[in-house]
Amino acid sequence: MSFYEIYCKYKGFNFKNFFKNVTKTDVLRVLNKERIHEGDFLTLLSPFAQGFIEEMAQKSHKVTIKNFGKTILLYTPVYLSNYCVNKCSYCGFNIENKIKRKKLTLKEIEDEAKAISSTGLRHILILTGESRKETPVSYIIDAIKVVKKYFDSISIEIYPLTKDEYKKVIEAGVDGLTIYQEVYNEEIYDRVHILGPKKDYKFRLDAPERACKAKIRNVNIGSLLGLDDWKKEAFFTGLHAKYLQDKYPDVEISVSLPRIRPHVGMFNDIYPVGDRALVQILLAMRIFLPRVGITLSTRENKKLRDNLIPLGVTKMSAGVSTEVGGHTSKGNTESQFEISDTRSISEIKEAILSKGYQPIFKNWMEF
Amino acid sequence: MDKLKIGGVELQNRLFIGTGKFPNKKIIPDVIKSSGSKVITMALRRVDLNSKEENIIEYIPKDCILLPNTSGARNAEEAVRIARLARAMGCGNWVKIEVISDNKYLLPDNYETIKATEILAKEGFVVLPYMSPDLMAAKSLVDAGAAAVMPLGAPIGTNRGLQTKELIRIMIDEIDLPTIVDAGIGKPSHAAEAMEMGAAAVLVNTAIATAGDPVKMAQAFSLGVKAGRLAYLGKFGPERKYAEASSPLTGFLNE
Repeated sequence: MSFYEIYCKYKGFNFKNFFKNVTKTDVLRVLNKERIHEGDFLTLLSPFAQGFIEEMAQKSHKVTIKNFGKTILLYTPVYLSNYCVNKCSYCGFNIENKIKRKKLTLKEIEDEAKAISSTGLRHILILTGESRKETPVSYIIDAIKVVKKYFDSISIEIYPLTKDEYKKVIEAGVDGLTIYQEVYNEEIYDRVHILGPKKDYKFRLDAPERACKAKIRNVNIGSLLGLDDWKKEAFFTGLHAKYLQDKYPDVEISVSLPRIRPHVGMFNDIYPVGDRALVQILLAMRIFLPRVGITLSTRENKKLRDNLIPLGVTKMSAGVSTEVGGHTSKGNTESQFEISDTRSISEIKEAILSKGYQPIFKNWMEF
Repeated sequence: MDKLKIGGVELQNRLFIGTGKFPNKKIIPDVIKSSGSKVITMALRRVDLNSKEENIIEYIPKDCILLPNTSGARNAEEAVRIARLARAMGCGNWVKIEVISDNKYLLPDNYETIKATEILAKEGFVVLPYMSPDLMAAKSLVDAGAAAVMPLGAPIGTNRGLQTKELIRIMIDEIDLPTIVDAGIGKPSHAAEAMEMGAAAVLVNTAIATAGDPVKMAQAFSLGVKAGRLAYLGKFGPERKYAEASSPLTGFLNE
């Protein structure tokens, strides 16, 4: 069994027809339920449910406080390398983009780690592009061993690995995996991933599950909103999270809701996702999956990020640079995408506190 | 009020407090003060000895007993490792065993909890295991050397009160160790209810941390716990199913 079977079950589903038939009674019935199933989740993602966004927000707020309290976990990404062999139409690291390529040495990684840890953060996410030649698993493991000295929680956002490779990185000190399917729609996936190993839809789709089998602690999934109709993509993201949560209850599952941001070599064939849509996805996701973490990156601007805090977010990145070596300003490479919330970690900390929430710097330790 | 004895320590206050979920760590000292609690639990994974400002222990008054919990442990072995780490980090020798391998409902794994309790009790820890209320598991915990048993009233964070009341009542009746109701207590009246039944103490976190005014709520819980304990000690008058008739129908038999 793989999530692919669930995807296939809904692949030919007539979403348009379903949405057309959603009524006010349906939405209210779902909002009055304690636990909702997948059909109810889709009801909350329907255009009709947009008229109930405040009611959804109130419910999501309550459910989140009950499960997570008024807390936001902070982390920051560190880019180790932008070498990439894939040609993905939406990404700044695309092999054909004429950008300066760089891979950090272990010394440079240590400098970045030192610079970030001095801000008080204890959770880090390390990222690379996909190049098994430039950044093989052995390089990732060396990097993990370096950053481990400075951080209590290390997550990776790299190319998909095999189960045995996940075991190795976990052994080296990784406790979390972030991997986005980018787009669940298989046809669009094939179209936007023009060349490279990333073309293998199923290998990527099953990566979170392989990490769960390798006994990872946290898995964060998501789709890059804007590559297909967001209602469908949010639905599949939620179903994928539920599938993992049900099958691997010992793993903490979270989802990200990244919207496509402008970058070098941008393509224009996108499905717009407005703020209202983003909020609707967040709320529907929380009501459907009360215990799932919801991660919000600095792709979104500070005003929106601050306003989203009480709606169901549990994790936020802070003090972000999407450049290789960006935390020590030694990089000067092009960024993977433009960040929108450029505040420092202490500014974000203050903003969270002023919303009546507690910023959490440390929620893990190796034992 | 009578004192509660656990691990050789006499406790005046029967309310234990958790430190998670608060909107701001700075409020925690005031919450503890208004609750009067002397046993404070915190997840060891939140403890950060490198940062005074972020370290949760800095917000717990020095006269309180630290009760580090093993949140994050998926099995007995991990719980044991966390407990040892807690002691090495200077958190004392009390530990609340939490073994949870279900992130959806956060229900404890009694079997692994018993295994961890046995190992840690032998190493001199004062072990307070968090458990699903079950008489046989509680008996095993007694044999394993637990200092108290901590059954859940309802799943963590639900604020639903004593959903497992009958099972807890049986544990209170049958187990010689103190029974401390942990998780699910949402209102001071729930806490009072547990204490009236004969629970030795209650542990509250979510209901206080997520209240509009956590300081006030902590005090309310403290009063609820005290009222419940006094009621238990005062012994309730007998309950009758039917009213006692002033003109009994069978009175003629006594004439």
